[in-house]
Amino acid sequence: MMNTYDWQQTLFFFAVLLLLVKPVGTFMAKVYQGERTFLSPLLGPCENLLYRICGVNTNEEMGWQRYAGTMLLFNLVGFLALFAILLLQHLLPLNPQEFPAFSWQLALNSAISFITNTNWQAYSGESAASYFTQMAGLTVHNFVSAATGMAIVIALIRGFVRRKTSLVGNFWVDMSRGTLYILLPMALVAALVLVSQGVIQNFSSYQTAPLVQATNYDKPQLDEAGKPRLDAADKLMTDKVIVNEVTIPMGPVASQEAIKELGTNGGGFFNANSAHPYENPTPLSHLLEILLILLIPAGLTYTFGIMVGNTRQGWTLLAVMLLLFVVAFSVLQWAETSSTPQLTQLGIDGGNMEGKEVRFGMASTNLFTVATTGTSCGAVAAMHDSLTPIGGMIPLSLILLGEIVFGGVGSGLYTMLAFAIIAVFVSGLMIGRTPEYLGKKIEVREMWVSIITILSAGIVVLILSGIAMITPSAVAAMANPGAHGLSEVLYAIASMANNNGSAFAGLSANINFYNILGSLAMLIGRYVPAVAILAMAGSLAGKKYVPPSLGTLPTDKAPFALWLTLVILIVGALTFFPALALGPIVEHLTMLGGN
Amino acid sequence: MKEIKSALLMFILFTVICGGIYPAVVTGLAQVIFPRQARGSFITNPEGKVVGSVLIGQPFSEPKYLWPRPSATTDFGYNPLASSGSNAGPTNPAYLKTVDERLQGLRAAGVTGPVAADLVQASASGLDPHISPQAASHQVGRIALERGLSEETVDRVITAHTEDRQFGFMGAPRVNVLAINLELDTISP
Repeated sequence: MMNTYDWQQTLFFFAVLLLLVKPVGTFMAKVYQGERTFLSPLLGPCENLLYRICGVNTNEEMGWQRYAGTMLLFNLVGFLALFAILLLQHLLPLNPQEFPAFSWQLALNSAISFITNTNWQAYSGESAASYFTQMAGLTVHNFVSAATGMAIVIALIRGFVRRKTSLVGNFWVDMSRGTLYILLPMALVAALVLVSQGVIQNFSSYQTAPLVQATNYDKPQLDEAGKPRLDAADKLMTDKVIVNEVTIPMGPVASQEAIKELGTNGGGFFNANSAHPYENPTPLSHLLEILLILLIPAGLTYTFGIMVGNTRQGWTLLAVMLLLFVVAFSVLQWAETSSTPQLTQLGIDGGNMEGKEVRFGMASTNLFTVATTGTSCGAVAAMHDSLTPIGGMIPLSLILLGEIVFGGVGSGLYTMLAFAIIAVFVSGLMIGRTPEYLGKKIEVREMWVSIITILSAGIVVLILSGIAMITPSAVAAMANPGAHGLSEVLYAIASMANNNGSAFAGLSANINFYNILGSLAMLIGRYVPAVAILAMAGSLAGKKYVPPSLGTLPTDKAPFALWLTLVILIVGALTFFPALALGPIVEHLTMLGGN
Repeated sequence: MKEIKSALLMFILFTVICGGIYPAVVTGLAQVIFPRQARGSFITNPEGKVVGSVLIGQPFSEPKYLWPRPSATTDFGYNPLASSGSNAGPTNPAYLKTVDERLQGLRAAGVTGPVAADLVQASASGLDPHISPQAASHQVGRIALERGLSEETVDRVITAHTEDRQFGFMGAPRVNVLAINLELDTISP
């Protein structure tokens, strides 16, 4: 399954990631606790100027309702701005290819997609979005939606730490500091490394290049109404078109690429996303992009440890994430290197290469797939629709588990903390003690919030997939027949409801059904858990500290890590096993049966 | 009311910082430090005209050229304006038929034994500039015969444009199809 090089680059990658957890986590803790960092001399004045212009009083802390209200208000403003940019694209500057405006349905879907850190894309960047849209419209949301997620988890951590107060922090300060001190500097450095590897960064018009060998294709004839013409035998009437030169798209790609991975956003500049050679040209750029996806989510576990005063609490959560990651990667690697019996019987050698690029190699490609779906990133370096049945089930399952395997920036850790609370509660029931986590009593309110956080996306997925299956237009959008088609629909809705954004991309998603119901799924999947978590932050902050006693379950040791892993897997299996059985598992069994 | 004003101003300022200043700074630095890469890694002919990009594959089907991977881009293969994979599920009967046809095409062109998967399965971007060294080795005999060159000459051109794993262990070894075909055309037009 794994050759020496596969082992070397996989182990190298994990070593680098784990070495960075502590420095990055420490830095983020300093930033959110308002301490001085090495960037303060440079960024401090900018930060203060920003607050002064915006009328933000940094000493004024907020209760959870106000924190949530401000967060929602900021996101609403961002939505309206982006929606307007997409609808008015044809009138705005930096549009050398003269792309027209988005339809309102597509604009609605895309705007919600980017404010919710989903970056589901029902359009192709290179043939629909101007440079202005990509930068002023989309890149800015890659920053602030990520900073929003991080702010929420920081507020939750403060809830655990603080005693008998109603205040959880200042949203403006948390969001601004996350963007200025954490996201911008890292994105700037990463963008330049990406350019060194060949990621483009320019504002030129698209470049034409002659083909060495001319090619041709049959272009369907269209009638006056724009419908394809058919001849007497109902065959498409076509014209032969000779192609002597091609048009290569350009643009400010690297700046968006860096933050797209770092903020676990995932919206590609080009349709092929991180598989496009201009977004991801070399093995080094590839491993760097995977690292950027996991860096902040992994580092936040250490930030959490520092802020709650016991870094082992953070390492425990990181261990659970790592364990699930390694299991998912191993299964995917096995499935893709084994390919399918139908393909190997033909005499094809080298694993399943459909929808994969040669330069990354099998192991690195699979590493990216696990990283992007274990987090809420959703960038892709391989086409998930073309994975083998069991291979395709891995990204789907990681999304359905709620994106906690490192998880989205902020959102991954707060969802993981919700799972931890459920694990503490269930074990508390078993041993007959009042459950406590980090010195705070877990009561009815915390349980409600945790359950809402974990199940809201799942409920949306199951209901909307059911509706899709009885909606003719939604079914007709499938690209592959049978069980694989069901997987495409399930994946699309799971991806939107969990704010991932990757796709089994054969599905023709730019239809009203997916645009509009998908918008709803993205909104529920993002803001219901976000507000619930802030409510929990408020309720925890108001509680007094309960010192650990003999009956307290230690949550910073290996048994708890294993127990938490089991709880995650059981909740995931109970919710989604029937749906997975009808999609990828049936497909796998029929494949083995030779059909 | 005060919060609405803060929200509007915050959003405008962050749009200026993240959507304007940040990409502009990256562009400025990139154009100075890595101008070739930032502009698209283009290959130019002696007259300075762009003849392609090292990173963007081109379609080749004539027997005298090294063939690239199948491409699923719309209208025609390797259409840079429509990067995409096939999104075919590997159990889809129509897809298996397509793969079989590609395989028969290679067999007809003299390829024997196990065939490299990348030569019959389409890439993710549809623009993959590379094939595996194994996929290139399938084609040496054919190209040598068509061009009246020795197999050693063709091999030498291929090796010259083969990149090893980056830093000796990252990614996979790969062969740049466009670069090889451009050089083959200069050796034997």
